[in-house]
Amino acid sequence: MSAVPAGAPLSSRRRVPLLHSVTGDWGGRVGLVLLVAVVLLAIVGPWLAPHSTTSPVGIPGEGPTSGFPLGFDFLGRDVLSRLLGGGRSTLLLAGAATAVTYLVGVTIGLVAGYSRSLADSLLMRTVDVFLSFPALLVMLLFVTAFGGGRGVLVAAAALVLFPGVARVVRTATLEVSTKAYVEAAVARGEGTAAILRREILPNILGPIIADLGIRFSWSIILIASVNYLGLGLKPPTSDWGLMVSENREIISGNPLALLAPAAILALLIIAVNLTADAYLRQRGRSGMQ
Amino acid sequence: MAVVPDAFAPDSAVALSAPPPGARHPVVAFILRRTGAGLATLLAVSVLIFLATNVLPGNVAVVVLGRNASPANVQRLERELQINHSVPARYLRWLGNAVQGDFGRSAVAEAENRPNSSISSSLGAPLRNSFWLAGFTTLLLIPLTLILGALAGIFAGRWLDHLISLPALVMGGLPEFVMGTLLIYIFFSKLRWLPPVALLSPGSSPLSDPEVLVLPVLTLLAVAVAGGVRQVRVGMADALQQDYVQFARLNGVAERRVLARYALRNALAPSVQIIAQNLQYLVGGIIIVESVFAYPGIGTYLVNAVTSRDVVEVQAAAIVLAALYIAINVLADLIVVFLVPRLRTGMSS
Repeated sequence: MSAVPAGAPLSSRRRVPLLHSVTGDWGGRVGLVLLVAVVLLAIVGPWLAPHSTTSPVGIPGEGPTSGFPLGFDFLGRDVLSRLLGGGRSTLLLAGAATAVTYLVGVTIGLVAGYSRSLADSLLMRTVDVFLSFPALLVMLLFVTAFGGGRGVLVAAAALVLFPGVARVVRTATLEVSTKAYVEAAVARGEGTAAILRREILPNILGPIIADLGIRFSWSIILIASVNYLGLGLKPPTSDWGLMVSENREIISGNPLALLAPAAILALLIIAVNLTADAYLRQRGRSGMQ
Repeated sequence: MAVVPDAFAPDSAVALSAPPPGARHPVVAFILRRTGAGLATLLAVSVLIFLATNVLPGNVAVVVLGRNASPANVQRLERELQINHSVPARYLRWLGNAVQGDFGRSAVAEAENRPNSSISSSLGAPLRNSFWLAGFTTLLLIPLTLILGALAGIFAGRWLDHLISLPALVMGGLPEFVMGTLLIYIFFSKLRWLPPVALLSPGSSPLSDPEVLVLPVLTLLAVAVAGGVRQVRVGMADALQQDYVQFARLNGVAERRVLARYALRNALAPSVQIIAQNLQYLVGGIIIVESVFAYPGIGTYLVNAVTSRDVVEVQAAAIVLAALYIAINVLADLIVVFLVPRLRTGMSS
């Protein structure tokens, strides 16, 4: 089953029992259940939406009535439908941002940590500069430069988050690259790319995964915040962040129009954080032994 | 040592190498080096800000003025922005002026032929307002973070810890606009106690109407305290596990004294970094909190500038915020060096 590939006899490819480590305590279990629920809701939501997400079906700012359990938004659109329709883009954008973050961060961290040369200090000084911006400021500058499209939001969030990953990966790579199995691979005459992929990467997966949850929830927050400011996705898109800001005027008329998207965003972020937290605790415990 | 697993952890500038014989005192050398590094970072940041605001696709003047701009206005704005000069030349001119406190003229105001479009003079009031907002928040933030964090650490695993840590876990991760919206709902829609937006007549100080500060401060506190408490808690619990604490206890030192003299003091050094992170967080956090409450500070100024694509205003607000951010980082590193004797002697591990 878990046979070690013949090409890399020394890279112990221990499988991280990811799911098990998360369900170890109550925080993790609650987090995981919430996470699965919100993600499922976001995926199937657009099909469940009973009304149009973009055209008015009722009186603007009116509270819940029969058939419209969350009432109507500032333009008279069905809040429930917009809520169900808005999750997919939130998850896709944040997921894409996290993926790009790790692609860029891991690559830079590996190269910097393994080369230990001019490339290292150059890359790390660049990373330092990016770390000396407030996160939201980077997002806003990026939006100023390139507008508020989906690709720009993903790229901007990745730009904010990749330096942290690069740093963690570099530190771990520095440590691992002095190990005997790496030196053995170098002695065998393997190429740098092969060594990075087969010897080093599998052995630094732990610290890489550790912060995955934090960075995913940061992606959600950053993108939702830019959307809230009205600088990201444009109306009439149904996006949770956008919904909170566009219904500000009717907070007394139909508070659900703001509170529902705010609550589901909060639920998603809390779920991610609880799950990530449980994983970190479990990692800490197994690290003690 | 409690390692902060945070993407935005300031570099731990605690790696002081042993000074060569005859060199300056290591602390002086460190201060000079750290300040120099901060200035160098600010310079690099200014380049990035300038580039970001100068790579607008298409003609800057047309983007700022809109598609229906008259050719005369476009020409005038281009002259003002010196579009015909090379980017490095424009950057150097901008930097030279900015260092002297002159951030140029608002592109939009200039385009609309409004008088009094100097940014330096329009930046004063928002900066003052933000100062009060951040100042009051900090005043409450530091004691709250330290006290709640230390309590949670001392009683780690007991009910008081859970009482503090659980809300911290929930609130610390929430976006500011979610927290702000919730507070507006409770304190304005339900209770009618506080105004939902911070309406200030131009020129008046928030101090003359402190009501408008309450909800923005509460929002920032909720998010920042929650984040800091979790880290201080780890530091405190960590310090209580150390050998010297065990020794002190075995020597019969009273528990109260053990906490105050041994654990708290050693937990304080990482706490300075945590507080610094919190203050750095505020620099970014006010951007969105001010927008939630329409509070007329530098954050609202920046968001308005981005919305109207006034590149000159964006540059000015961005460089001011970035400078504050870097300054807090440098200051925190300097304070840590003074707090931890081990680092002063250059014998760091």
